[in-house]
Amino acid sequence: MIIGNGLEIKVAGEACMADPSGALWLAPLRTLIVSDLHFEKGSSLARRGVMIPPYDTLATLIRLKRVIDHYDPARVIALGDSFHDRDGAQRLSASDHERLSDLQTGREWIWITGNHDRTPPQGLAGQSRDEFRLGALLLRHEPQQGVSPGEIAGHLHPVARVVTPRGSLRRRCFVSDGARCILPAFGAYAGGLNLRDQAFAGLFPDRSPQAHVLGRDRIYSVAHEQCYAD
Amino acid sequence: MSKATTSALPARFTDWFAARGWAPRAHQLALLQHAQAGEDALLIAPTGAGKTLAGFLPSLVELSQQKSNVPEGPGLHTLYISPLKALAVDVARNLEIPAAEMKLRLRIETRTGDTSASKRQRQRRDPPQILLTTPEQLALLLASPDSLTLFSSLRRVVLDELHALVTSKRGDLLALGLAHLRTLAPAMRATGLSATVRDADELRRWLVARPEMAALVTAPPGAPADLSILDTRERLPWSGHGGGHAVREVYEQIRQAKTALVFVNTRAQAEAIFQQLWQINDDNLPIALHHGSLDAGQRRRVEEAMAQGQLRAVVCTSTLDLGIDWGAVDLVINLGAPKGASRLAQRIGRANHRLDESSRAILVPSNRFEVLECRAAIEAAREGAQDTPPARSGALDVLCQHILGMACAAPFDAQELFTEIRSAEPYADLDRAMFDAALAFVANGGYALKTYDRFAKIKRTKDGLWRVANGKIAQSYRMNVGTIVESEMLKVRLVQGRPAKPRATAPSSPAYTGPLRRGGRVLGEIEEYFLETLAPGDTFLFGGEILALQGIVEDEALVTRARSDAPKVPSYAGGKFPLSTYLAARVRRMLADPKSWVHLPEQVRDWLELQGQRSQLPRANDLLVETFPRGGRYYLVAYPFEGRLAHQTLGMLLTRRMERMGLKPQGFVASDYALAVWCLADVGTRLTKNMASLNDLFAQDMLGDDLEEWLQESALMKRTFRQCAVISGLIERRFPGKEKSGRHVTISTDLVYDVLRRHEPDHILLRAAREDAHSGLLDLARLADMLARVQGHLIHKDLERVSPLAVPILLEIGREPVYGEAQDDILAEAAAMLIQEAGA
Repeated sequence: MIIGNGLEIKVAGEACMADPSGALWLAPLRTLIVSDLHFEKGSSLARRGVMIPPYDTLATLIRLKRVIDHYDPARVIALGDSFHDRDGAQRLSASDHERLSDLQTGREWIWITGNHDRTPPQGLAGQSRDEFRLGALLLRHEPQQGVSPGEIAGHLHPVARVVTPRGSLRRRCFVSDGARCILPAFGAYAGGLNLRDQAFAGLFPDRSPQAHVLGRDRIYSVAHEQCYAD
Repeated sequence: MSKATTSALPARFTDWFAARGWAPRAHQLALLQHAQAGEDALLIAPTGAGKTLAGFLPSLVELSQQKSNVPEGPGLHTLYISPLKALAVDVARNLEIPAAEMKLRLRIETRTGDTSASKRQRQRRDPPQILLTTPEQLALLLASPDSLTLFSSLRRVVLDELHALVTSKRGDLLALGLAHLRTLAPAMRATGLSATVRDADELRRWLVARPEMAALVTAPPGAPADLSILDTRERLPWSGHGGGHAVREVYEQIRQAKTALVFVNTRAQAEAIFQQLWQINDDNLPIALHHGSLDAGQRRRVEEAMAQGQLRAVVCTSTLDLGIDWGAVDLVINLGAPKGASRLAQRIGRANHRLDESSRAILVPSNRFEVLECRAAIEAAREGAQDTPPARSGALDVLCQHILGMACAAPFDAQELFTEIRSAEPYADLDRAMFDAALAFVANGGYALKTYDRFAKIKRTKDGLWRVANGKIAQSYRMNVGTIVESEMLKVRLVQGRPAKPRATAPSSPAYTGPLRRGGRVLGEIEEYFLETLAPGDTFLFGGEILALQGIVEDEALVTRARSDAPKVPSYAGGKFPLSTYLAARVRRMLADPKSWVHLPEQVRDWLELQGQRSQLPRANDLLVETFPRGGRYYLVAYPFEGRLAHQTLGMLLTRRMERMGLKPQGFVASDYALAVWCLADVGTRLTKNMASLNDLFAQDMLGDDLEEWLQESALMKRTFRQCAVISGLIERRFPGKEKSGRHVTISTDLVYDVLRRHEPDHILLRAAREDAHSGLLDLARLADMLARVQGHLIHKDLERVSPLAVPILLEIGREPVYGEAQDDILAEAAAMLIQEAGA
């Protein structure tokens, strides 16, 4: 993955850079937005006897560090569902806790609350907000139904299934119609919801959004019609 | 027959045989003698040799001599395991007859997935003397806390169709269960029933604990089969596997036979042939369809109609390779390549279950290469040569599942369990470190990072025994037992079509598909990854009709009947076996020896002779590589004859290497016989001018770094990993009550694979997946053997145009999926379309 080889998209007139890592970079504001980190999803499932590898938080942090090292943001906004459950922050291993704290050092850090983490993470720096306004942009976890110009949200974990005569691929993507933008999930174990799903239908009533699909080295913009249901 | 041998049989039995006008067969008595001597035994017998009765005779004799009024109930005496539940039910039914006629007072019961919960409970409390069941049910019984009381009275285990069971992970699970049965019931003896195999000693070892070997009883072979290759009047196709050219001739054969089984290799082909037969079925012969994707109820109905003699033919896949005896079948048609000598023998045996009469089988090659393969298979069958797969070493994911099952039954001592597991043949070489890794995996995932200890599924008691942590874990084990992991399947549900068009009267509408043709119902299941290649509106053949995909809602693919004449025929996987190594070697020898061509049809002979003139014929121990330009591209075609899977893997690795050499490969296509790669650079000239070396291209070291690098991203590897994750119990097949949750909620094993590969590449589950890939979807073992064999035997022919032998593989382009480093190219292509649109 080549970090920084992003695609400039406009959301409500604001210039945003969709990064192949799945982060959104607002250069003028030196603000980096990542959504649905789902830290500690592994240990959350392990509590129920599903012992998937306990390296998801580490994997997500390593990727996040690469993005932060590249852009050196003044402000990082985690757009909700940063932890997979309420106790997630307490289950962070000491080394992951330290890694995360290092990333937070020297910059403003906003935890937007999500449906998985309605309360701010305990024992970690950063402010907790339900929403956050940045000029024409309004940042929140869950997108609101209907038209919502300037909204930057996550929650839905969009993926696009692209089918061409050469084959088919299912990848995470940004979804935007220029008025609002849904970010892909950043977390290593975060699954995906096809953007053809009903859940997206009410968000773009007037015109079809484009899928800005995360490729290996860059972002590919694909027309909505080119994306298929699962 | 000597007195000594018949005297083993009590009067009640000799009378019964006599009353039926039969005499006990020598192998039946031999098996009885081994049982009475307290020995385990393997019986190898052809179909129709009274194998089942032979297997049960010792039990019936012993039970007939037992005192009948034991106060606490007689207990379980004999356990019969079959790979198919239908077979277990059928055998139980057949066993009732002699038991009743000899007035043996015993209870014979089956236990399958269909058995009611109350009956299962009663069976554990008050077991029958003879219980017929499947490997999965055995695992469940062994994992129950009352397994010791249930099995301590067990005297005999009869394993049916053992040759088919031992080749899979199911066999591994069964071997572990058998080892545990030996611990629970030391007096128990095992009897294996098998068709002829390549190496009987492997099965003899499998049946017992090391270093023992079960006794061997071999029944005399049946009458030699009447085998022929369909001498088609039609032109033999160059390529393809449809067999459509011969449908009319196949139909004629069906008309002349009483009942025919028409075997094909893939479900897609079954669909296509079924459709084509009905298009010409002027006599309205009852011809049915049977394959693994069809709804289970539908399959049962076909089987029952067959048993009652209502059908004239069934078009089927390997789902009917094994199964209950249908006396009426007098003809087997094998359409397409037989793929293996033993597989063909098994299929031939499905016709005419009487020893003294020949089974009749007709092989119908669907292309020219398949003629060679059919010829080789017939020669092998006449010689009685076998090519059943070699004994496997036990899978690690199955081991993990078994360990959890053992903990569910009773607390165990690790050393004792280790010893017991090593007594099972597939795990005889398991070392303690790997066992400990499996144990750790079951307990807490076995990760180097020990963060899950507090959630452990099995825990050590004060006296050092391992026990299951809680009842929920045991319940989860029961829900997930077994080794058969279906691909992610979607139900195919027929819905009302768009009302715009009038309802078709379906001129090709078959008479015997009554149950298929109702609205709103589930037709069967289909692999999700097949549907991923379809867009809504695309048509495909399924259940004998042409359907159009309307959309996918949760776990259902909604379809309507389509009126398209040319469906996009599904290539949905399943039942596509690669050519066996043995047959491949025979085909190579045949190609190299023109004298052997006299038995081949003229069309094929001409084709081979032309190849000899234009290029050359591959010699038995060489690898012929041809290069030629065609349509602005440069082709490289190799003829390893190692089967499609190995060729696909070779193609992946070869194109990487060619890419690095600057040959600009654009894609490749693989068949069972050959591999074709096309490039933008003139590969032929580069090779002849020594600017590139064939030896480098086919060097064995491609199985090193190149392979590792490719595996990282390989979809095949991810699929393999998913199977291991399910079997090992890492993720659950289904959560009770949670089936309805959207698919995005469940954890994707692809994501788990990516994370684990980066952070703990030596984890036991990755080892398990790699081992599977080597023998499974990537067929690495075979590729490695081939690369070793051809070192120093590479023959390059630079040609001006395509050779006769290369025509079939080139024709596959467009029919078979083309491989290459697609991935992001797909995105680039889709993005380009958007740009075009914007520019227009």
